[in-house]
Amino acid sequence: MPNYSFILNGKRVSVEAAPNEHVLWVLRDRLGVKGPKYGCGLDVCKACTSHLNGEAFNPCSVPISDIRSTDEITTIEGLPATVGMDLHPMQQAWIDNDVAQCGYCQPGQIMAAVALVQQVRAEGREISESDLDSLRNVCRCGTYWRIRQAIMQGEASMPEATLSKHRHPTVKLAKPKRHSTKAPH
Amino acid sequence: MSDLGDRGSTVLEADDDHTGGHSRREFVGYLLAGPILVAAAVHGLYPDSAQALPTVELPVDDFDLTDVLTASSDPTIPLLAVEVGKDNLVTFALPRAEVGQGLTTSVAMIIADEMGLPLDQVTVTLRDAQPDLLYNQLTGGSNSIHSLYSGVRQAAATASAQLNQAAARKFGGAASDYRIEDGVVVGTNGQSATLGELTELAAVSKTTPVRIRLKSASERTLIGTPQGRVDARDSVTGAKVFAMDLDVPNALATMLCRPPTINGTAKSLNNKTQILAMPGVSDVAVIPHTDFVPGGVAVRAQTFGQCIDAIGAMNVTWAPGPVANLSEADVLKTLQDAEIPLTPALPGSTLEQVFTFNFRPGDPLETCCAVADVRADSAEVWGSMKSPIYGQQQIATNLGLPQNAVVAHVVQGGGSFGRHLFNDAPFEAAACSRAFGNKPVRLMWSRTDNFRQGRTHPLNIHRVRITYESSNVLAYDERCTGVACDFTQGLGEAITANLVSFPEANFVGFSEAVFVLTANVPYNFGAVTQLLDEQYQVQQFNTSSVRNVYSPDTCTSTELMVDQLANALKMDPYEFRKAYLRVPRLLTVLEQAAQAGDWGRAMPAGTAQGIAVHQEYKGAAACLVEIDCTPATVNRVIPNGVGGPRVTKAVYVVDVGLPINPLGLQAQMMGGMMDGIAQALTYSMHLVNGAYLEGSWDNAFYTRQWNTPPDLQIIVMPETTGIPGGAGEFGVAATMAATACAYARATGTLPTSFPINHNQPLAFTPYPFEPSTPPSPTNGLTQAF
Repeated sequence: MPNYSFILNGKRVSVEAAPNEHVLWVLRDRLGVKGPKYGCGLDVCKACTSHLNGEAFNPCSVPISDIRSTDEITTIEGLPATVGMDLHPMQQAWIDNDVAQCGYCQPGQIMAAVALVQQVRAEGREISESDLDSLRNVCRCGTYWRIRQAIMQGEASMPEATLSKHRHPTVKLAKPKRHSTKAPH
Repeated sequence: MSDLGDRGSTVLEADDDHTGGHSRREFVGYLLAGPILVAAAVHGLYPDSAQALPTVELPVDDFDLTDVLTASSDPTIPLLAVEVGKDNLVTFALPRAEVGQGLTTSVAMIIADEMGLPLDQVTVTLRDAQPDLLYNQLTGGSNSIHSLYSGVRQAAATASAQLNQAAARKFGGAASDYRIEDGVVVGTNGQSATLGELTELAAVSKTTPVRIRLKSASERTLIGTPQGRVDARDSVTGAKVFAMDLDVPNALATMLCRPPTINGTAKSLNNKTQILAMPGVSDVAVIPHTDFVPGGVAVRAQTFGQCIDAIGAMNVTWAPGPVANLSEADVLKTLQDAEIPLTPALPGSTLEQVFTFNFRPGDPLETCCAVADVRADSAEVWGSMKSPIYGQQQIATNLGLPQNAVVAHVVQGGGSFGRHLFNDAPFEAAACSRAFGNKPVRLMWSRTDNFRQGRTHPLNIHRVRITYESSNVLAYDERCTGVACDFTQGLGEAITANLVSFPEANFVGFSEAVFVLTANVPYNFGAVTQLLDEQYQVQQFNTSSVRNVYSPDTCTSTELMVDQLANALKMDPYEFRKAYLRVPRLLTVLEQAAQAGDWGRAMPAGTAQGIAVHQEYKGAAACLVEIDCTPATVNRVIPNGVGGPRVTKAVYVVDVGLPINPLGLQAQMMGGMMDGIAQALTYSMHLVNGAYLEGSWDNAFYTRQWNTPPDLQIIVMPETTGIPGGAGEFGVAATMAATACAYARATGTLPTSFPINHNQPLAFTPYPFEPSTPPSPTNGLTQAF
């Protein structure tokens, strides 16, 4: 099997895997990184949401062969270090709002929230209700309303990104580059 | 938008005179023999309620399912002990599941409060299956806090009394000179010692009864205060461990290729050699379908991704399942034909309507999963089990082992909503481990498995007839006819074990008991009859007692008809409820909801308010919602999802008797509300030729952010009865009913089939039925943001 090398949570790792293996299973079953959760394997529930070079992505739907040696994957375990803190402000906002119930979806929710804040900042604006409506992550415990509160708190306390995103070449910069589910509210 | 900071209004006044009259009574606790201090209660019943089981009479205002389950768990309360460790920590092994409902936090609060400890000095773990607990290791009916509160307090009080005794022995004086403050035993003489320093001194060599005194309401510092979950940090850092995160040596990824129809069975795998040659695959086995093991063709590999690849390559010959020829219309016809006739109508005007409640998924986000390590003469399993004793027994039977050769560990679950009362995954994991020649497995279902072979809230129809003359309601008759709801695997036994005095000696089984003990009409509606009939066997459709069981549908039927009646009598829905409610606690929460939600405010065309009430779980609840059914909202475009009407505001008011953790209660109501909104508007399954079409969350439309009310307010009423009622399921019924009522008022159309979008054209393309688990997409990077 080929060997793949990339940066995972700030450290270079290398792992043997077949090219078509999805990153989720490389992370969970080969590298033992258990923060990203399986909820569907169909790029629907978003429970596995992690970051690739600072952008939210779903490792259940990306083959390991898409990952280059210069790529940086950040899972929930590596999020605090991206701001040099014990807890990322978004994680603290989650705790302050007592968001989690069973907790299964929350690593993915937090990673999506951080990316959303960074995205709207890049667009020079603040998070709106319709931005919150656009998040697709499923929470079967129904914590959505507290998630909304926490994201707004997290947005207020998140530092400006210190590292500029370096986009992955396979990312097509089509606009809009993510699903829009904007409701009129 | 309201905010959680507003919970000032929800915080509870500690009131000495409002504690059910028992908090200052003296009790007897037990010190258990051992090297350190271990203390337990004698029983956990509430002095004024469930000591004796009265004859059940409708309405179930005073004696209900909660009382039955608490009575069932009581005989083994003495087996539940708190332990004081040399590390200063007080530990309690909870005989319930933690699946997100917050029990570990609430129980830690109860112990910490009674003993005078900071919350983080208490550790609550989940107990392995322990058969001598009998019915006291079931998590269901929103009964856990009600059944454990009294016993856990007494055990904690026993421990703190003995610690004071030990301090008196160590430092001199009387036990009454000592008390625990902030986790340290301190004396009036200025002496102090930690719990760890005293626990060996406090230990006894033989079991000893001691007299204890419980704290009064005014001495509490934690109960009734909002506390964040004890596992909040682990949840947000990814450190929380679920079954699939466990590191059990050599327990490799295992999944099953499943039949294309519900409960079909694999006859043969026709390309076993090819599958065994696939990357990472170590084992393949046909797992026959049984009453306990869903089954199919199992594959064990290095990674779950390799399992999914193998499933995609399998060539399996299937035998059809027991409902392979049935579609939704067939089932509906069977139910309609089976309806119990209404009683002959009294003279007067009548309103009559039939409501249909379609199949709804019942599974949580974490898919079914379990770890099993089966050996020739023993087995060890790990999973989120709400009925672990039953699980342990049945695994032993399935494997031909004595029960005590099976160890069943209860692991934190990623949601449940009633699902983990059924041990499908532990049973199947054990079967696979054995079939592979006793190799450890990490068994996981795919999402599509969960939708298509998982358990549902059964399809049912409700016929309601109200008979009235001028403003007097003479009769209310309701007939619920449904696909059988499964209460086996422990819950049913716990309910019926204590129903020797049940008046209907010939009741047909568990379902009827649950229905009779939960259904109620809280209005002065004259002669009330509510009857249940169920069709099909529980081995045909996979169903479970999904969150709130019969109540969402019963309550929605009732409340829609209440609005119809109010309309016929030219009364405002709120004013009608105020005039006809016969339960004072419901009236209070109704008025609070109307006030907080500004009932009756002017609303634009196409939008409306709805209001509903519900009583269950020793509590009272009211919900007010505002819904937007304007075309701009209904027709908004949601990629791979559905728009439809949106609940824009929701107010929930709940009186649980004695709130333990208002923040946790708000969380549970919020979750239940999202379920209620989903069941009213969007969330269902379509049965076609013995299979459900839905295969992902973009097919079965549970509430998502774009369906969430941006304006949400949840009010937890101050202590009323001094006895904590249930919470986990309590948000669903009134919210579903209020949403349905609001929809009817906004559109001028009475909805009669739920969710309201169920009969619209299918909003998705179903995944193929073979392979049972679709391959994962490979274009994930195009979705990055």
